Amino acid sequence: MKRMKASIVLTGLAAMLIVFMACSGSKAEVGTGSLPGEEIEVKRIGIVQVVEHPSLNTIRESFVRGLEKRGFSGGGNLVIDYQNAQGEQANLKTICRKFSSHRYDLIVAIATPSAQAAVGETSEIPVLFSACTDPVGSGLVDSLERPGKNVTGTSDAVSAQRVMELAKRITPDISSVGTLYSSGETNSAAVVEDLKEYADYSGMSLVEVTVTNSSEVKQAAQFLAGKVDAIFLPIDNTIASAMPAVAKVAVEAGVPVYAGADSLVRDGGLAAYGINYEALGEETADMAVQILNGKKPGDIPVRSINDMDIYLNLATAGALGITIPEDIMNEAVEVIRH
Amino acid sequence: MYFSIIQGAVELGIIYAVLALGVFVSFRVLNIPDLTADGSFVLGAAVSATLCSIGHPFLGIPLAFLVAAGAGCVTSFMSSKLKIQPILAGILTVLALYSVNLRVMQNRANIPLNNKPTVFNLFSGTAAENSLGLVLPVGILAVLSVLLFLFLNTGLGFHLRAVGDNEKMVTALGVNTDTVKLIGLALSNGLAGISGALAAQYNSFADIGMGTGTVMTGLASVIIGEAVCGVGSLKRWLGSVVLGAVLYRLVIAFAFELGVPATDLKLISALIVAVALAMPAVKERLALHGVKRESGGNLKKGDIFSAES
Repeated sequence: MKRMKASIVLTGLAAMLIVFMACSGSKAEVGTGSLPGEEIEVKRIGIVQVVEHPSLNTIRESFVRGLEKRGFSGGGNLVIDYQNAQGEQANLKTICRKFSSHRYDLIVAIATPSAQAAVGETSEIPVLFSACTDPVGSGLVDSLERPGKNVTGTSDAVSAQRVMELAKRITPDISSVGTLYSSGETNSAAVVEDLKEYADYSGMSLVEVTVTNSSEVKQAAQFLAGKVDAIFLPIDNTIASAMPAVAKVAVEAGVPVYAGADSLVRDGGLAAYGINYEALGEETADMAVQILNGKKPGDIPVRSINDMDIYLNLATAGALGITIPEDIMNEAVEVIRH
Repeated sequence: MYFSIIQGAVELGIIYAVLALGVFVSFRVLNIPDLTADGSFVLGAAVSATLCSIGHPFLGIPLAFLVAAGAGCVTSFMSSKLKIQPILAGILTVLALYSVNLRVMQNRANIPLNNKPTVFNLFSGTAAENSLGLVLPVGILAVLSVLLFLFLNTGLGFHLRAVGDNEKMVTALGVNTDTVKLIGLALSNGLAGISGALAAQYNSFADIGMGTGTVMTGLASVIIGEAVCGVGSLKRWLGSVVLGAVLYRLVIAFAFELGVPATDLKLISALIVAVALAMPAVKERLALHGVKRESGGNLKKGDIFSAES
């Protein structure tokens, strides 16, 4: 009976997996390699992402498109195996073990924990990370110029100082700045350090508020809006999720919001001087092609997007009664008008 | 499916089996729905990663136990002395631990251990390198399981088991049940802390977000183990829990291997647990259809006493 019970469970589990296999068969991105008789060399890439998130998804989609543009297309000469840990970090290790066991040609790791799991898993298979703000501090590479070993990638570091310079051009009278970020994200910590340096030498007073999840964001924004002349937002996944709430609070309080990412402006921030996640995905694809063509990851410097773009939201400007100077209007790559 | 994938899943399963033993102590032995492990797991990871980064990978493991046991004491204090419901007390402790964990990690959300000594890379370069990922956690798990078994058979251990079964009876015997629960929750969370400590060193980083879903994973392991292996005696029950943790990771690895769409992962986790939970009902159905009945076997509260350990 015990034996029978065990066999029922195992049969159940097996049946379940077969059902899943059947369901996923049609849309799974995993292929079986080259077809018999075909001469082309098929490269296999594993993409590991830690959680579903708009910015991270944008990077991944743009990465795949970037590969296609450069002659590597899924289904043809490329097999892409995309896996997402869905927020449970224990899964990262299992995913990376799968990639290394199959000896894929390249592991692409999106966001810091994914990259750390991949780097911990293999020292042979090339690892290409994206959306890691502080690759050296996160222990991924020894230096940005010469990463060494099997690891390189793209960083989404933004310069808080440059965002604040833009803020000074649009609203020259600000003498205090507040920042709002998640204490659970390494990305934000590095950018906020940069902001502190700026505040120190420019003599601007700085108020910091941290949150632990997106439901706390609105209240924190209300607190901040009553205390400062302007709000600075780093590239923070938690804040990004609750950006519409921040934008509403800021407009009501008459405080401009300056940010480090385009999406924050689309959701109601006044202006951003930030990176474009699509461009970041493209850069990553460019590096992937170099690696697939035989270049050693350790010899490719870590790239960050140097040409940061200006994004403006004129609807927010109108609500705040702020006129954007003509020259900044001309520099902006994207202007949201409604 | 490659052997190294199975090995990886077993390694991870063994590390999470320590957590499952902790969840077993709170949910099954004490019969207290304690959610503190979501935070104490990360606390253990934070302590061990911090100590690794100053060169003490081994010291971090017992220290993680002690500190995480302290978190269990806080939950127990809130529920017994301040009369806060156990679930709520656990949630409060997890909330507080978020800040405590960040403090332990020196206000960083993530501590990398890539170039630091860990218990898993101490012997890299030697013959033991490849097997160490499995041997060390298995050794720790074996020692902890034996200690837990011996402890649950001491006088105090019997009090622990009795509190879970009939608290009023234990009180009537003149035993202070608050103290017994305190010890039980400290033990439960201490085990979660060790699991977190090992997980951080194994994954080569500690992250403030690594606790998501911890209690659910531990509970799933306990339930799967019980469904597959049964709960006859205490020895067998502990074995089931360990087996359940390994099976859970194997099924997840299998799901990745089959190329299940990334978005469906949570659905699979839920399905595994649902199938395991449904086993007693399915079995009963089969029994009604003329299959020979057996005595016991179904999971009932108090089974732990009805069988000799």
